[in-house]
Amino acid sequence: MQKSNTPLLSINNLAIDFETRSGTVRAVKDVSFTLNKGEILALVGESGSGKSVTAYSILNLLDKNGSLAEGEIIYHGMPLHKADQQMLNDVRGREIAMIFQNPMSTLNPIRKVGEHLSDMLRTHGYPSWSNIEAETEKLLHQVEIFDVQRVKNAYPFELSGGMCQRVMIALALACRSRVLIADEPTTGLDVTTQKSIMDLINNLVKEEGLAVILITHDLSLASQYCDKFVVMEKGQIVEQNTRDKFFRESSHPYTKKLLLATPARSQSVAELTAQAPTYLELAEPIIPEQPLITVTGLRKVYGETKATWLPFKKTSNPFIAVAGSDFSIFPGECVGLVGGSGSGKSTTTRMLTRLEDPSAGQIIFDGIDITEISSHAFIRHPLRKEIQMVFQDPTGSLNPRHCVFDLIAEPLLRLGPKINKQDLQLKVHTLANQVGLPLDFINRLPHQLSGGQKARVGIARAVALAPKLLILDEPTSALDVSVQATVLQLLEKLRRELGLSYLFVSHDLHVVKMLSQRILVMKEGEIVEQGRTAEVMNHPVHDYTKSLMEAIPIETEYA
Amino acid sequence: MNNSHHKESVLQRLGYLASKNPLSLISLSLFGLYVFVAVTASYWIPFDPLKSNTSIALQAPNLMHWFGTDHLGRDVFSRVMIATRLDLGIAFSAVAISFVIGTALGSMAAYFGGWYERIICRVGDIVLAFPLFVLAMGIVAVMGNSLINVIYATAIINIPFYIRIARAEVSLQRDRQYVQAALLSGNSHLRTLSYHIFPNCLPNLVVQISTNMGWAILNAAGLSFIGLGVRPPAAEWGILVAEGADYIISGQWWLVLFPGFILMLAVFSFNLLGDTLRDLVDPQKRT
Repeated sequence: MQKSNTPLLSINNLAIDFETRSGTVRAVKDVSFTLNKGEILALVGESGSGKSVTAYSILNLLDKNGSLAEGEIIYHGMPLHKADQQMLNDVRGREIAMIFQNPMSTLNPIRKVGEHLSDMLRTHGYPSWSNIEAETEKLLHQVEIFDVQRVKNAYPFELSGGMCQRVMIALALACRSRVLIADEPTTGLDVTTQKSIMDLINNLVKEEGLAVILITHDLSLASQYCDKFVVMEKGQIVEQNTRDKFFRESSHPYTKKLLLATPARSQSVAELTAQAPTYLELAEPIIPEQPLITVTGLRKVYGETKATWLPFKKTSNPFIAVAGSDFSIFPGECVGLVGGSGSGKSTTTRMLTRLEDPSAGQIIFDGIDITEISSHAFIRHPLRKEIQMVFQDPTGSLNPRHCVFDLIAEPLLRLGPKINKQDLQLKVHTLANQVGLPLDFINRLPHQLSGGQKARVGIARAVALAPKLLILDEPTSALDVSVQATVLQLLEKLRRELGLSYLFVSHDLHVVKMLSQRILVMKEGEIVEQGRTAEVMNHPVHDYTKSLMEAIPIETEYA
Repeated sequence: MNNSHHKESVLQRLGYLASKNPLSLISLSLFGLYVFVAVTASYWIPFDPLKSNTSIALQAPNLMHWFGTDHLGRDVFSRVMIATRLDLGIAFSAVAISFVIGTALGSMAAYFGGWYERIICRVGDIVLAFPLFVLAMGIVAVMGNSLINVIYATAIINIPFYIRIARAEVSLQRDRQYVQAALLSGNSHLRTLSYHIFPNCLPNLVVQISTNMGWAILNAAGLSFIGLGVRPPAAEWGILVAEGADYIISGQWWLVLFPGFILMLAVFSFNLLGDTLRDLVDPQKRT
């Protein structure tokens, strides 16, 4: 039996080098921390801070060009930093297990869940071959999957993201691992799913004495579950503290910046940075009586009457993506659209932007029913430039072959009035300034920009023609919190400056709460609740809204 | 990475690629050499490739005739060199035709879907169901035995490959968000397809172009080897090999070896060139 005061895993003065074309780069240096039994440690930092590299080095899972330069990793008295392949194979999975960000792609798509589990048991020498089946079922039970027979015989693609993550955890538990390294385990999952996964991990920690390293950028999530915080910046630990001390006494400027930028902790977008943004001088736009856009009975059904190659047989397996929604947006207003994945949010935005034709319903924009114009004809319609969109994925939404200038100039050239070269250049430069993009970047290609810069290009392009309605489809979900803070402030500034109306689509209720005046809650294609932000947040009526509110991580003990 | 954001010229890019990867250097210089020979051969070849002189027939390679002489006393070196223009010409034009038609059909099939897709893809599948060389023989036999028909035949049998690759590439790109962004910026569907989506498919298409080039040369040479298309006395690698094949048994190896080797080297260099061209057109490879 191990003495309780020796840590389960300890890392001392770790340094990791990467060989690159321009020489050796030290990605991580002087990292030391310890992990005890039954403890959840949060490894927090923004992208590129070295948090994942640190965690991967524990199991020696670094890329080929990476190597451990200095330091020790001691697990249970074993020096993992000088372990040979044999020892690593024994430790991986059996002693220390990992779960990853995208559970759907971590499971082998051509193997059933049951096969994954029994494989794991066999390779790590499960003593009895005869009751592997029973053991598999027990494991699935343990991760709170109650539909065991179905899940066991299902392929990963037949399961939801949350289910796949449970299976991953079951795999990690299969051999009674004592340490679990979770790399952003809930990113990309719905809030309700996120809560159930984190609760599951938390229960395993409390009941089985599992030790967890949670790599995350979400401080509000970490604050709810973690006992110990390690904050990394640029490959170094800047702060290391227990939960209480971390939130009360943290003094490092980087930690302060991170804490400020975390949406859960602030009431308005302006509070996200230490310095008050300049737009506060601008008055809140006055919202007129007349709505900008009124949507009535908007409906989209896919695959309604699909003819097969047999002339007499028609398959009808309709899928109702949006089941008749009614709402309106006023000029100068930001409306939040909230809902889980598959709730019809994206279909709604595609119909509003007229990239897709609705099956039924009306969209009255500025007194004109734009559903009467087909999506094909709308491209040349004068109203095209009044409805623009900022996309979720800042990388995927920029054409990789076009430089920043071309990207911003595109809508001006295609939809704007005729413009000469100098005016165009001036206009693009003004837009770049407006979104805070340095002019040195104007000739760069998208892959030479950071995530935040790409998001700015996307916003500059969308506001280039001063549209009346801007649809924001989770514009910050791929960004770090501090970048998110500046992008949100930029959006708020543009709304006040230009009097734009926003439809802000998000699953992050904290962000929606700060930015929008009214909220629409969508579930399974229907708008189940709508109203003023404060009312919906504080007094939700519909059960789904209530469960959403309960699922968002709140720092209970800190407040 | 910070100060290098001026636009690079194609030549600078090629220089960089060649310095980074020796295979790129080899394939680029071989390709350059072939193009140079094709363009200028008529100015510097030592003998008239068509002039026969039976008194020096079937000489082994010597200082005067580097690749020897054939049964009519023609200089093999001059004939092999002058044939470069014809062979590269056939390959370039055949590949150009099949690239334009094939990628246009394939990208429309993927972008617009529905009946376009079904018809285009099934027709492509039907063409692929034939043994392609036999099909090319048939096309030339039906349309008439001429050089231009060899080009058409080579183009037709290559079109389905371009349809398939273009369709696969476009259907991957079609769902990316920049396509929606392009539509929102007021691009019509056709413009979105040709100006936004298509250039992003190029990296994989140029690999196909390059390997296809080698394949087209082989195909043209094969057709003339069996007596279709280009006809003697014109100099063409396939004909040269065919003529030389009669003399292998009697020991005149040079008649087959040299045109065969030059042909092989051409195909080899085109196959190597693919990766270099892909790196050239892929913006992500730029630092």
